[in-house]
Amino acid sequence: MSSAATGYRPSATMPIRAEIRRQASRRRTQLALGFMVLLPLIILVAFEFGGGGDDDNGGGAFSSLVDLATSGGLNFALFSIAVSASFLLVVVVALFCGDTVASEASWGSLRYLLAIPVPRARLLGVKLVVALGYSLTALLTLAGTAVLVGTLRYGWHPLGSTVAAEIPAGEGLLRLLAILGYLAVVLLGVAGLAFLLSVLTDAALGAVGGAVLLWILSSILDQITALGSVRSFLPTHFSDAWLGLLSTPMQTDDVVKGALSAVCYATLFWSLAFYRFTRKDITS
Amino acid sequence: MPALKLRRALPRPTRRRVVAGAAVVVLVAALVTWAALPERRSWTATDQRLTVLSGPSGTEPVALDTRFYLPKDRDGRVPAVLLAHGFGGTKDSVSGDAESLADRGYAVLTWTARGFGASGGEIHLDSPDHEVKDAQRLLDWLAARPEVRTDAAGDPRVGVVGGSYGGALALLLAGQDPRVDAIVPLITWNDLGRAFFPQSADGVTAPGVFKKSWAGLFFGSGSSSPLERDRPAVPGDPACGRFAADVCAAYLKMATTGTPDAATTALLRRSSPATVLDRIKAPTLLVQGAVDTLFPLSEADANARGIARTGTPVRVAWFTGGHDGGEGPQTDRDRTKFLTATWLDHYVKGDGGAPANSFTYSRVTGFSALDRGLVANGYSDPDYPGLGGTGRTEVTVAGPAQPVANPPNGNPGGLSSLPGVGGQLSSLLGGVAGDLPGQHAEFDSAPVTDAIDVVGAPSVRLRVASPTGSATVFVKLYDVDPNGTATLSGGLIAPVRLTGLPRDITAAQPVTVTLPGIVRRIDSGHTVRVVVATSDQAFLTPADPAVYTVAVEPAVTLPTVVGTPIANPQVVWRYVLLGVLAAIALGLAAVLLLRRRRETPPVAEFADTPLVVRGLRKAYADGFVAVEQVDFRVERGQVVGLLGPNGAGKTTTLRVLMGLTMPTSGDALVFGRPLVPGAPILSRVGALVEGPGFLPHLSGYQNLRAYWQATGRPLEDAHFDEALEIAGLGDSVHRRTKNYSHGMRQRLAIAQAMLGLPELLVLDEPTDGLDPPQIAEMRRVLRRYATDGRAVLVSSHLLAEVEQTCTHAVVVNKGRIVAAGPVDDIVGESPSVQLSVSDVTTAATVLEGLNVRSVQQDGKSGLIVDMNGTPREEVVASLVRAGVGVDRVVPRRRLEDAFLALVGDNSRGSGDR
Repeated sequence: MSSAATGYRPSATMPIRAEIRRQASRRRTQLALGFMVLLPLIILVAFEFGGGGDDDNGGGAFSSLVDLATSGGLNFALFSIAVSASFLLVVVVALFCGDTVASEASWGSLRYLLAIPVPRARLLGVKLVVALGYSLTALLTLAGTAVLVGTLRYGWHPLGSTVAAEIPAGEGLLRLLAILGYLAVVLLGVAGLAFLLSVLTDAALGAVGGAVLLWILSSILDQITALGSVRSFLPTHFSDAWLGLLSTPMQTDDVVKGALSAVCYATLFWSLAFYRFTRKDITS
Repeated sequence: MPALKLRRALPRPTRRRVVAGAAVVVLVAALVTWAALPERRSWTATDQRLTVLSGPSGTEPVALDTRFYLPKDRDGRVPAVLLAHGFGGTKDSVSGDAESLADRGYAVLTWTARGFGASGGEIHLDSPDHEVKDAQRLLDWLAARPEVRTDAAGDPRVGVVGGSYGGALALLLAGQDPRVDAIVPLITWNDLGRAFFPQSADGVTAPGVFKKSWAGLFFGSGSSSPLERDRPAVPGDPACGRFAADVCAAYLKMATTGTPDAATTALLRRSSPATVLDRIKAPTLLVQGAVDTLFPLSEADANARGIARTGTPVRVAWFTGGHDGGEGPQTDRDRTKFLTATWLDHYVKGDGGAPANSFTYSRVTGFSALDRGLVANGYSDPDYPGLGGTGRTEVTVAGPAQPVANPPNGNPGGLSSLPGVGGQLSSLLGGVAGDLPGQHAEFDSAPVTDAIDVVGAPSVRLRVASPTGSATVFVKLYDVDPNGTATLSGGLIAPVRLTGLPRDITAAQPVTVTLPGIVRRIDSGHTVRVVVATSDQAFLTPADPAVYTVAVEPAVTLPTVVGTPIANPQVVWRYVLLGVLAAIALGLAAVLLLRRRRETPPVAEFADTPLVVRGLRKAYADGFVAVEQVDFRVERGQVVGLLGPNGAGKTTTLRVLMGLTMPTSGDALVFGRPLVPGAPILSRVGALVEGPGFLPHLSGYQNLRAYWQATGRPLEDAHFDEALEIAGLGDSVHRRTKNYSHGMRQRLAIAQAMLGLPELLVLDEPTDGLDPPQIAEMRRVLRRYATDGRAVLVSSHLLAEVEQTCTHAVVVNKGRIVAAGPVDDIVGESPSVQLSVSDVTTAATVLEGLNVRSVQQDGKSGLIVDMNGTPREEVVASLVRAGVGVDRVVPRRRLEDAFLALVGDNSRGSGDR
């Protein structure tokens, strides 16, 4: 015989739909997703107004993405993703994953959720799934808007790159999805870090900012070639490996290593987060 | 005290923290040490200046700057490798290779060739009488070393490895000295004359077009060494630097005229392995670069054919690199290293089976995303097919005969490669090539339908007419993508110098032009473009202006090889990734299964008691004990007050009741079930602890809805209307909670705690922030709530609060229960009265005459009297009769007595004890 109140089942608490709605009602969720729609439009306007200013200073493969950005919808989307990948998306993912538990703690609502009682592991699980869902939504919103806007303005053309032959539009779309998939996997590292910090602190800003700062630190260390093979262990080391997916045939070696690194880091951080949260005294 | 504050601010060093911190420190230290410590060397290196007798007569001494590497860990004598450097380098240029060979168990001798670095002598361009003889003397030296294995007295077991200048030396030495057991010449020449005067027209024996930029770079690097300060001052000739006089003279002459005279031809011939190939008996691994405009693939091809003719084992490998392309992608470097090691291991050391005879090459597939380098895929084919490929594809190009102008003195000139800017592979493949209008003719094919894997030297048939009877043109093969971007593979072009040409193109005879060997996939949809240009900045072209007419026959022959892709060792990471994912999935499943724990059975004795707290104790990790020992019960129908000063441990007790904090010992049972985090029994407890917690951006109503949704219970069980009535917020319930006053939030929080009408309601300071009418209303609500078998536990530090609200009270102080029982028992009237009188002494006397139990002075004009049942009015009347003025009579109450007596007047909380 269950001791619980009628209608209470641990596995029915904190329904994912409720958590989605809970987060959707928040201004920062709306702003972040809104910005994902806005960014491609801003880039588009910038390209429209900034025509002719050719100050190509030879940034390698990256500058070629700029040159090709206006050659079609797919290239426009690729460019939008490329400029967002290293910072904007990191911040957005850190926001969704770092804020989710810490903000409940800072509002004081966390203890009431736990007194319902939502089992702690379930609370974290639901929070994590929803945060990851929003992160993925942000990524797809950005890419989707960019493809749509770019295609409306520049047309549906093959995906061009200076690395290899042009990729037919249909396959190009698949490549774009593969790139998004890889970015999503790499961002799991940030998601893990932010989520762990979110569990460790009651300050939402601390969790988000801490995750972004550590990510930047890792990027900076990765620039220092003197560190040698230690760099391969930095979570950001393979973050640009998606460029390899543009060549024909695709360069997947670094992609695989990057995915491995991100999965390991994410698993480590999440394990720590669950371990800590299911044992600690909630003091908020 | 600042020190104390600091101690408080820092986390206390508990055992767990110390262990975790130590683990992290050890891990970081280990990682840093591993990264920072230099690798332990498995070899020793000795620098030595060796003076060898060399020159045509074998008696001219020359001092060579050498370094001898010996493996530390060796069983008896070890095989040796003579490692030669490239033009312009020193023994230091090959130290990396030397170290890795020493690591493999070879004694390695490196030296700076004569004329370079700190070695003496002059540069004779790998002359058999000088550089090659020097190397023979080094073989003698090696044979005399006790550490080096020998085949016979004076014959060391030795392989010779070298790139470019060193590669030619390896070939020449193997041709001149039979003691060499194996050679690995890399990116080197077969015929120096052909390398500097390439002629791509078949059947034309006349010297080709002078490769001026490479020749200049070669000569420049020999006459001004970058290690100027290291070498002894050379007196002499500013024009010749450290070149021997004959070499210098030959260069000056050929650079001036653009055609070699007999002496120059002889000199270049002497320095060419082509002359000794038939005498090479040492198994040869030839490694040549496909991005090399100085020594293209055809040089290695000529060497391979020449050596193989005598039956000597030859293996050929191409990589994406060379004098223009540098060392190439990492996969290529690894492959070259592997091939070299297996070659030496078998033929020199005697380890491992005979290497396969397969031909390996690589094709660029894209950029590496990480270091912006190139990525190449390796392929292999069972036998070396030569430059003709294993198959061939014909592509038809079209275009009319076109006039092209030769610019005077080759200026302006077309651009195909950037000699000397080695390693800029990406720019090379991206196409620095540019043809100038009027100076080139284009012949394009239709888009190819299937991708063509070109591996080898394409050929075209060319017709040229010239008013002067001779012409110098450059034939190039471009891969043009559908966007029109043309790429010149490797920057490689075919210089052609033709004489005896007619004036009219119709009379011109076609000549076959063999283009440089390339490795390239021409994708379907791309076109092939043959360009015939008159100028190129890398070559010396005729000074006089002229207009030629050129035509290309439609058929272009492209050699193809369909190689087997070489398995990329990186593929192993895919399996690692899959393995890790599988391990994570298994781990997750295991955790989920193991964590599925059954609810503990109830303690039958208390199955109907809303709350039993037994021996509760909570000590925090830093040693602070918030609750020492708390026992009490809450029965159905009771409103129990938990009374105590701030810091008495009330809130900690309530936190345990909410499952937020694990007690150190003891337990709390709700309907007989222990309260642990997440215990389902908590669903029958409603709580408000430490103030409200709401989502600030939602309205009060939305907050309650969101909370109830999180319980996952049916909506109709929530009793929203009753809760909202209790909250009494009116229309404000639809405003955002962040705009609420403290009291509004408090009421909403109480309403939230009552959602679902839980059987036990736990409220922490519920009247905090409420105004008096609301407090009165709240009391009624709580009293009413505790009917129907429900119970309420209220904590407060206010006596009046508990007195007026509760049926029962529990007094806690310093983490312990000091009193407990029905409020009426505790709060009922006390037998004592506090009096304020005008004359204390008289009053005391009067009172002692009455039937009271005790009289106690309290302050200047106060008395506390234990009445012992004597009515108050009688006491007052007696005092007044005795002439004592009575200012105040205040009845005292038991709880107050108990509270003050037990808690004392010490206002400090237990947190400070």
